[in-house]
Amino acid sequence: MSEAVGTARVKRGMAEMLKGGVIMDVVNAEQAKIAQDAGACAVMALERVPADIRAQGGVARMSDPDMIEKIKAAVTIPVMAKARIGHFVEARILESLGVDYIDESEVLTPADFENHIEKWDFKVPFVCGATNLGEALRRINEGAAMIRSKGEAGTGDVSNAMMHMRKIGAEIRRLSSMREDELYVAAKELQAPFALVKEVAESGKLPVVLFTAGGIATPADAALMMQMGADGVFIGSGIFKSGDPATRAAACVKATTFFEDAKVIADASRGLGEAMVGINVADLPAPHRLADRGW
Amino acid sequence: MKIGVLALQGDFREHLVAAKTAGHAALTVRRPEELAEIDALIIPGGESTTIAQLARTFELFNPIKKRISEGMPAYGSCAGMILLADRIIDGAAGQETFGGIDMTVRRNAFGRQVDSFESDLDFQGTSLHAVFIRAPWVEQVGEKVQVLSEVNTAKGPHAVAVRQGHLLATSFHPELTGDLRVHRYFFEQVCTGAIK
Repeated sequence: MSEAVGTARVKRGMAEMLKGGVIMDVVNAEQAKIAQDAGACAVMALERVPADIRAQGGVARMSDPDMIEKIKAAVTIPVMAKARIGHFVEARILESLGVDYIDESEVLTPADFENHIEKWDFKVPFVCGATNLGEALRRINEGAAMIRSKGEAGTGDVSNAMMHMRKIGAEIRRLSSMREDELYVAAKELQAPFALVKEVAESGKLPVVLFTAGGIATPADAALMMQMGADGVFIGSGIFKSGDPATRAAACVKATTFFEDAKVIADASRGLGEAMVGINVADLPAPHRLADRGW
Repeated sequence: MKIGVLALQGDFREHLVAAKTAGHAALTVRRPEELAEIDALIIPGGESTTIAQLARTFELFNPIKKRISEGMPAYGSCAGMILLADRIIDGAAGQETFGGIDMTVRRNAFGRQVDSFESDLDFQGTSLHAVFIRAPWVEQVGEKVQVLSEVNTAKGPHAVAVRQGHLLATSFHPELTGDLRVHRYFFEQVCTGAIK
């Protein structure tokens, strides 16, 4: 019997199992348990949620392996962790710890301003952020097995996530309407490999699962992203920076499953206490916008 | 035959496609009214804790359990296998299952995602390419359970496809490969005769 590990199919297939779910940022084992009990389909282990990275500044790096191990031990659901863009040694460390997915994330300070990690070479799958279709396809070409629209992390402002989902969707629909001989120029314009452009044009979707992230803070935000075509939702600061994390986490899970049912979302939105305070993306000076990181 | 696919979380769309491709009416099940309409249920891959939690919240848990015990055919892949097991090992604290198959299933038995794999299996006398993702295996089965496929592991052979009467479960994900043999086996061998 021949067994193959780390294939594109098992990496992309792992993301298929997360669909329709909410992946929550957690900074310790206690939060991880709250997330699991609320119905999270995975947790993202990190030392500081994006809102705190924003507030405290400095260089944001991979989390302490001890902290990741404690979270792994606390839950049975998949555990993801973040590596800096281009920091392939952090990624190797996370792989050796047995995390289930690596997020090569713009929320951390980039380690390389030109190259992303060569991801085919790893057994562990990667998720990467994208603000448009070209960026998504460049990441997939480097081996990303899952894409998330970036949004603007740590703000609680959903407008950038919306913009990125609309942009990716519009660019896919445009490709689908093109003649095949026009796809060469489309590939040039998207700065993406022709083969992937052609695949998207034919299938009308990305070849990997597409989640959304960045600024989602309420059940309504989560449902909005699902209606925009996301396969699932990442919630970073939105849960554990709110007044009642356990209730809000469960509410976001409900709204993600019943994203087309306004009555369920209304019920889920009742009595959640305070949402995270939030920052308007428009008030952020350009150098502090995380979504612009990645190339 | 009306096939329902439990659509609370996970890769339910792939199971819907498989059921439709095999020529059956397929619908999503998220509410008790939808459950009442169907002849057979597929429980998809996903996170078993999430699916069980949502089934509890939306008052589907006991109705599903009841219909399974009354003889509704059901097929579960991966998380679905866990949810059809009478007993689980390495589950989350207090994790519940619908049950129905007299077996003990070990969650994430093959390891974490870095250990996820593809492999060829013997299924009904033919070779089947199977995809295992953070997959469970069957640790022990009761007398009425028929083992359909096994995988040899460092810890000995373990069942990865089992049937008990009207219930079928696999550790792997046939919905991801486009190979319809397991689904057809469910529709043609397991459902036929079980549906009154």
